[in-house]
This record gives sequence, structure tokens and C-alpha cells, in this order.
Amino acid sequence: MLLTGAEIVTKELVAHGVDTVFGYPGGSVLNIYDELYKYSDKIRHYLTCHEQGACHAADGYARVTGRPGVVIATSGPGATNLVTGIANAYLDSTPLVAITGNVATSMLGRDSFQEVDITGVTMPITKHNYLVKDVSKLAETLREAFAIAQSGRPGPVLVDIPKDVQTAKTEYVESAPGGACPQDEICPEAVRRAVELISAAKRPYIYCGGGVIKADAAEELLAFADKIDAPVGLSIMGLTAVPYEHPRFLGMVGMHGRFGATKALYESDLVVAVGVRFSDRATGNKAEFMQGRRFLHIDIDAAEIGKNIGATDCILGDVKAALKKLCEALSPQSHPEWNAHIKFLKEHPDNGIHMDSARLTPQSAIEGVCRRHGDGVVATDVGQHQMWTTQFYQFKKPRTFVTSGGLGTMGFGMGAAIGSCIGKDFERTVLITSDGSFHMNLNELATAVSHRLPLVVILLNNQVLGMVRQWQTLFFGSRYSNTTPGRKTDYVRLAEAFGAKGLRATTNEEYEKALDEAFSTDGPVVIDCIIDRDERVLPMIPPGGSISDIILR
Amino acid sequence: MNNEQFIVSLLVANHAGVLTRVSSLFSRRAFNIDSLTVGETENPELSRMTIVSWGDEYLKDQIVKQLQKLQDVKKVQLMEKEKTILRELLMIKIAIDKGQLPEVKEAVGTYRASIVDLSPEAITVEITGETPKLNAFVDYMRQYKIIEMTRTGPTAMGRGLYCLEND
Repeated sequence: MLLTGAEIVTKELVAHGVDTVFGYPGGSVLNIYDELYKYSDKIRHYLTCHEQGACHAADGYARVTGRPGVVIATSGPGATNLVTGIANAYLDSTPLVAITGNVATSMLGRDSFQEVDITGVTMPITKHNYLVKDVSKLAETLREAFAIAQSGRPGPVLVDIPKDVQTAKTEYVESAPGGACPQDEICPEAVRRAVELISAAKRPYIYCGGGVIKADAAEELLAFADKIDAPVGLSIMGLTAVPYEHPRFLGMVGMHGRFGATKALYESDLVVAVGVRFSDRATGNKAEFMQGRRFLHIDIDAAEIGKNIGATDCILGDVKAALKKLCEALSPQSHPEWNAHIKFLKEHPDNGIHMDSARLTPQSAIEGVCRRHGDGVVATDVGQHQMWTTQFYQFKKPRTFVTSGGLGTMGFGMGAAIGSCIGKDFERTVLITSDGSFHMNLNELATAVSHRLPLVVILLNNQVLGMVRQWQTLFFGSRYSNTTPGRKTDYVRLAEAFGAKGLRATTNEEYEKALDEAFSTDGPVVIDCIIDRDERVLPMIPPGGSISDIILR
Repeated sequence: MNNEQFIVSLLVANHAGVLTRVSSLFSRRAFNIDSLTVGETENPELSRMTIVSWGDEYLKDQIVKQLQKLQDVKKVQLMEKEKTILRELLMIKIAIDKGQLPEVKEAVGTYRASIVDLSPEAITVEITGETPKLNAFVDYMRQYKIIEMTRTGPTAMGRGLYCLEND
């Protein structure tokens, strides 16, 4: 069958089970968009306001569904607008396929209109990328792209397709779509050594990361925790792997982690790290973090073993398979004293936010929305509101928390919430954001309106760039350099101008009323929540510090 | 931490952009690189690279593991020094006065180098060998006026059946 490059793109998308793409058209992708027009019954394309929003939407979509997100953008500025989104997906290991158009091959390298070497630009932030110069290689390249995005540790792949390759014809042969490559068997010797380490431990501790969510291994993780009678601390990407209410749950570890989660780690004699990469935000001072305990590192990415933390031993491979093998090989362990101590640590008060006033606080705002939203999907932006969400939102099941963990992308939330909502078949989705982050990509509120998405935007408005201000308070002598923007944005009227609903709350009572209204509204709602500018995220371990430096109030 | 020099041999896909992928990995991960050579192998689909790098055990381990993650990298091997032949090619152009030619020729002979070009004003010598020998030769030649020189950086191959195979 003789097909054009553009036809092959849509054919392959359908062959890979893609029914949803995000993107923005332009000169170099017109042919692909023409095919999308013809394929509109099979592939729904969501037009955003900006390519960055589209990329974050594809990222959010991938996180809630577990399937690769797909984003399409034109050459030049369209492609460069994807860059932050691609880097975000790379740092959080989200499977993503980005398709960009480029100028015709004969025009490449001549600084043609809207030409950018996007494969060069994205080389350090993709698992792999392609510039397809020959239409006969296009189908195979797309299959490879989907395979790479999903295999092993997932991540973004970019395929750049010059305009003439989209119009050129080639013989198209159908073939099996690219999927995740099977992983090597778990090494029995590694399991045997791990069993020895675990059996020798008196105070075992499980440190769980996003790898557990990606491997759909939450159930296996809890079975393992029960088997070795250990509590579970989580990285930001690992949150939701263990329900908040579960007795094994300790919460997030690290700079803004829960006191109990970090303290227990420092008192453990063995850390079993599962699908986690020991970010500096989690470890702080590495020497102190490592001193006095052993580390058993389980990960699918060999390069993570020993990268940030020198592990005593490791199991390489799919964490779900590894946890199963470990559970089979282990005899049940029991550590009643250790767990009694954990319970004591967990109950230790760990932040200075008070709930005794009528005034709306970050904690009451997040707990309030949690009561209504339950196990629905929550997206966030980046900053104080994000950390408060990790502390106070009571997550119940995996893939319900969509946040920018590794890159810390302010402006991630709107796009990500849109993609998440679409990925969950238009279920109500909550975005917890702040005035600083929201201002970065608030244009995507228009996208949410266009598609009548049931989004509830909880905008924690403190009129400052709160997290930076907190650092300035603590470490820069309260010199508030450029963190008080002095904006006069009226978020209620802004929401209404976009065609969404806008509400405002300054007290708990007003907030509850606003939530009532928001949760019974079909389209997007923005609740402008006025909070104090000096609310802090506590506890806090200063950068490079350890548990002994923790600030509790 | 003990820093040492080590040699990494790679088999990589022989197409455009691979050199950039490998070298940009070194810069973005702050890995040290002394030299990199690359050329086609007997299999036109594969190129072979020899990278001379240095660092401690941590860097050595990370360099191998991060290289293995690149899609275009088919095989990575840290070469065992005792079992590896290293060769580098150097060309050096020296300005000579008439009377100096015999003594330059003598040095060329002693170092088992060879003259590849001779003009009334300059002599060009090529020499292959391990890096220390080449360094010594350059040092000796400094007594003359060096017009220009170029060296390829070492390329490596295992002795006997110690091979870099694509599996």
C-alpha cells in the first residue's frame, strides 16, 4: 500500500492504540493535521493554547493512564515550546512520544523560516530522538519510538519529520506495534543476597519511589512491607503507592517530608529502596543520610545503582517482579519494637500550621478538597502548595497524583490537569496551584473551557512567590528580592473572562460553600483561596542538611 | 578517591549524530574525556570508538552505565590495560635548516618514526605508538621549531581473543 508520510503517522498512531493526542498545528505539520482531520473518528486531538501546555497534558495523560502520551507540534517555535515539557517528562520518567514537523530536508541547515535543530536541542532530555529523512524509514522509526518510550525506565522520545517526508510516498507494510521490551529475569543470586540482608536487619525501612507506580507494583510493595514488617517512606514520585491511611504509610521523605518518615529512615539499619533514585531533595547531606545503615537498591535502571547513593547490594530489573521474588524467598519477619517506635515517630507533630481559626489555611484548603474529591486525580504546580499537597492530601490509590517531581516545573499544573482529566474519561480532576504557578500557564484555562472539562482549580493565593519567599526569610535575611509581584489579577473575573466559573474564599466557611458549588459544576471552576503570605512549608530540612537540622516550627 | 586513566571501547550504530550523542553525554554528566577516536568497522553498520577518560571508581562505573543507556550504543567495554594494545598516530612538521636534516633523521630512526614529507623548509614526520613514546618524541623535537602538529588520540584493541563483540 502506497502511503504518504503523514498517512503513516496516523496509521501508526492508531496501530499503537493512540486515540488521544495533544498539540498545536503549524506550517510544518499541516499534512499531519490534514490526516488527523480525516482520522477524527479514531484519534481525538486536543488543541491547547501553547505547545508547552500540550506537552504537559500528554505527560499528565500518560501518568494517569500508564500509556504513552502523544504530543504534536510544528517546527521551530512549536518544537522549542515543547522543550520544558519534554524535560519534565524525562526527569519524571513519563512515557511520551513527541512528534514535530520540520522544514523540508532540502531546507535543513539553512536557518530556514521556523527551522530549529530540535533533535540537537532535545538530545539531553530525551531517551532517544530521530530526524527522519527518508519516508521509507518512518513507520519503523515510529514503532521504535513507542517501544523506547515504554521500555525499561520509561521516558520521552522525539520524532522530527521534515515536511517533504510527510508528503513523500512509500510502500507501507503493516507490522506489530512497538511495545515495552520484556525485561530480563530477576537474578536469583541477587534475590538470595537480598534475603540475607533483609533477614539480618533489625530496623528495616522501605523507601518507595515512582518506579513502583510505573510498574503497577503497589500491591506487591505492601505485601513485601507486611512480609518484612517494615514501614514505608515515599519519594514525591512514590506518593500514592501506599494509601495515606495505611498503617505502613509514613509519608514523603526529605526536605519537606514528614518528620516521621525522615526520622525513621535515619534510625533504620536497612533501607530497601524500591524504584527510587535518591534525589538530593530527598537525601540532603548524603554522608549523614548513608551513615549507619545499609542500602538494598531495587531498580530497573542499572545506572541508578550507585549514582546518588552507594548501595550495599542491588536487584536489577522490574520492581514488580523483584518484589514478588523477594516475597516468595523471604520468611515472614517481625519487628514489634521497631514498629512501636515508628508509630511513636509518626504521631510526632511536625508542622506549625494551626487549624483553630476561621481563616483559611493551606491545610484546611487541601483537607477540605480531599474530603470531597477522595480518590480522584489531583494535579499540582510547583512550590509551597505542592509540598502542602504532599503533606495533607490523603491519597488513596496509585496514579492519582500528577506533579512535577524532578524538574520542578512551575506552570506544569494546568496542562497536566487537562491531560489527566481527559485520560480519566472526563472525571472531575482537581488542580491545586498558587498565584505564582498559575500565572505561568493560565492560558490553558481556555483549553479546559473549550473542552468543558470538570476541573476544579484550587488557587492558593498568597500574593507572593511563597517558596522562594520562605527561603528568603530563612536564608537571605528576609530580603524579598522579586517575590512580591504586586499583581492586581482578579482571578474570579479572569476565570469568568475565559468562560469558566470563578469563586473566592477567605474563610473556611466561604471555602466550603465554594467547594459545594465547584463540585456541582460541569465545566472548569477556579476558587481563589486567600491565604496568609507567611504560611510556611514545615517541616523543612535545609538544603544539604540532615534530620538534625530539621525545622519544625 | 583515586583517579586513574582508563580506556572505554564502544561499538555504536554507524549513522549521523552518534558522535554527538556520546560526546554530549560526557559533557552533560560532567565526565572527563581525554580523547575520543571513531571509525567504521568491518561491519558497515557499526563504528568503533575508543574513549580515554579518567576518574575514580564512581565515574568509571557511571560512564559505562550511562553509555549503555544510549540507544545507539551496542556494546561498552572497559579495556583491561594489560590485555590491550593502544596506538596513537602523530604527525609533526618541523622547520629545518640545511645542516639539521641528518640529526632529525637520526631521531626519526631512533623513535621508529618515518618521514612522510620533505621540502626545503620543512620536514613532516609520522609516528605511531603508545602515548608516552609520542610524548617523548614531541619533547625531543622541541629543540627544533615545531610548525604544527596533530595527533589522533589512542585507539585500542584487545590482545589475542580478548575482543569487543556485539552480542
